[in-house]
Amino acid sequence: MANEVVDHGRRRFLTITTAVVGGVGVVAVAVPFIKSWEPSARAKAAGAPVTADISKIEPGQKVTFAWRSQPVFVVNRTKDQLAALSSLDVRLTDPKSEVTDQQPKYAQNATRSIKPEWLVVVGLCTHLGCVPDFEPVMKPEPFDPNWKGGFYCPCHKSRYDLAGRVFQGVPAPKNLPVPPYHFVDDNTIQIGVDPKEAG
Amino acid sequence: MANVFTRVGEWVNERAPNLAPTYRKHMTEYYAPKNFNLWYYFGSLALLVLVNQIVTGIFLTMNYKTSALEAFNSVEYIMRDVEWGWLIRYMHSTGASLFFIVVFLHMFRGLMYGSYKKPRELVWLLGMLIFLVLMAEAFMGYVLPWGNMSFWGAKVIISLFGTIPVIGSTLVEWIMGDFLPADATLNRFFALHVIALPIVLLLLVVLHLAALHEVGSNNPDGVEIKKGPKGNRWDDHKPADGIPFHPYYTVKDLVGVGFFLMIAAFIIFFAPTFGGWFLEHDNFIPANNLVTPTHIKPVWYFTPFYAILRMIPSMFGTAVWGVIAMFAAIVLLFLVPWIDRGQVRSIRYRGAGFKVLLFTFVVAFIALGAVGAGVIAEIMPSWEIFFGRVWTIVYFGFFLGLWAYTHFGWEKTKPVPERVTTHD
Repeated sequence: MANEVVDHGRRRFLTITTAVVGGVGVVAVAVPFIKSWEPSARAKAAGAPVTADISKIEPGQKVTFAWRSQPVFVVNRTKDQLAALSSLDVRLTDPKSEVTDQQPKYAQNATRSIKPEWLVVVGLCTHLGCVPDFEPVMKPEPFDPNWKGGFYCPCHKSRYDLAGRVFQGVPAPKNLPVPPYHFVDDNTIQIGVDPKEAG
Repeated sequence: MANVFTRVGEWVNERAPNLAPTYRKHMTEYYAPKNFNLWYYFGSLALLVLVNQIVTGIFLTMNYKTSALEAFNSVEYIMRDVEWGWLIRYMHSTGASLFFIVVFLHMFRGLMYGSYKKPRELVWLLGMLIFLVLMAEAFMGYVLPWGNMSFWGAKVIISLFGTIPVIGSTLVEWIMGDFLPADATLNRFFALHVIALPIVLLLLVVLHLAALHEVGSNNPDGVEIKKGPKGNRWDDHKPADGIPFHPYYTVKDLVGVGFFLMIAAFIIFFAPTFGGWFLEHDNFIPANNLVTPTHIKPVWYFTPFYAILRMIPSMFGTAVWGVIAMFAAIVLLFLVPWIDRGQVRSIRYRGAGFKVLLFTFVVAFIALGAVGAGVIAEIMPSWEIFFGRVWTIVYFGFFLGLWAYTHFGWEKTKPVPERVTTHD
């Protein structure tokens, strides 16, 4: 035994093989630990679609529903408010809703909605996730002398119009996201389900 | 009696012959330069605060409930019903802020006297890692009371990861374990705050000290005492300008500890929230995911970095630039040993340019802190962005300026003495 010559190639092969097999084992064992941080089945179940009764929302009013514990704003926009939307296009970052992640296809239009008067958006600022305030009245505001109604984020002063479209020159980069939703009937919407899935 | 102690000592020594030399190497025979001044208190004070955080933290977990439903009330329970619970909690919350004060001063000392320079780069890097872990530790600790600022602070900080292209939103859901900061988030932050990060922190502190004792401490003159003459009162081969850490610096540090504890006690007893700076008013309201506090701002020690985040506008449809700048502000500190090409360590013998740079850096850090805390938005709202952006440029300008100043040989240094200036 003592006289045998050490086979370095074989020793290196065994070292590398052991390290690789061990490494694969470590990675495999890491998977369940990493996956355990994903939303649990209970959290996902709590994120199920929400049915909202919108019959009591008067024109010009906003009601907040919770979906996946996120605030979803439902606004019944007046004729005046809708008419003012197009005049704002030049002051907006993405007036035509071209960033497709921010709304489903069926809400990629001038009012960002299925029915023009009903705005449905996730009420979380696209900057860092604060809840913007609803400032619907068309009057000069300290943050904007030509305010046509919209949302104002108190955290870092981002502004959105009444279609949830973000203004230029504010920290928020994108429009407020429109969640998947559909009309069950004229008085009820379901948030979390596309019209197509609802059939 | 003495005989028993001697025999126990011999018994241990026979079985672990390296214990006594280890103690001597790090305490009684660790020869530190004799010219340490006031700035050298903050390392040992940081260790003191760390012990305070661990002890008070252990006692807080005995009554704290890790649950989104119960956390807020359990903290109030600690404050009102648990015997001396208020003191233990205020020692912990005040300790967190004092930790950062002490660490900032400790880091400033390192910059001022060039303690990061060769051969102490590793000491500096390990120290910066401690700073990084400390920030994560503090952030997660702030979430635990589940007040409204805990919730929204967590939301904003976690959302930073959402700005990363492609994987951002998945990553955010993974960190939170839900679609918003929720029970799952609180529980995992608790686990990280009380187990995972403290273990890492302690390990890093041990490595930081081991690396320091390997190369020896720097001093206000930036003189290498190991290269100076040999032989002092205790040992013929040890540096002439060194004195044993114990008892000389343990006694000196005790004086610092006395002063420090007086200040800490004053805050704990008379101003535990420190006017909303140490504990924010909005955190005395339970977490509410539908109502955002009027001004979301982090605790004071994060405000300079938070200001940099806010001052960088979104470009090309993404807010990632502010996040990159904020992290760069910290990464650049890691790289200081290589950015600074100067050979002279201490500010006492460095060029005027270095003094100006370091001074403006400190001013920028404080000014950005004021921006991040919303102070500037209150006193001169229309100037906030301009003010914040100027100081952001100054902050980064320090690193660029330091590199250019030393790389192109513009620095005119004074001659460095051969021995520390206070030798006999």
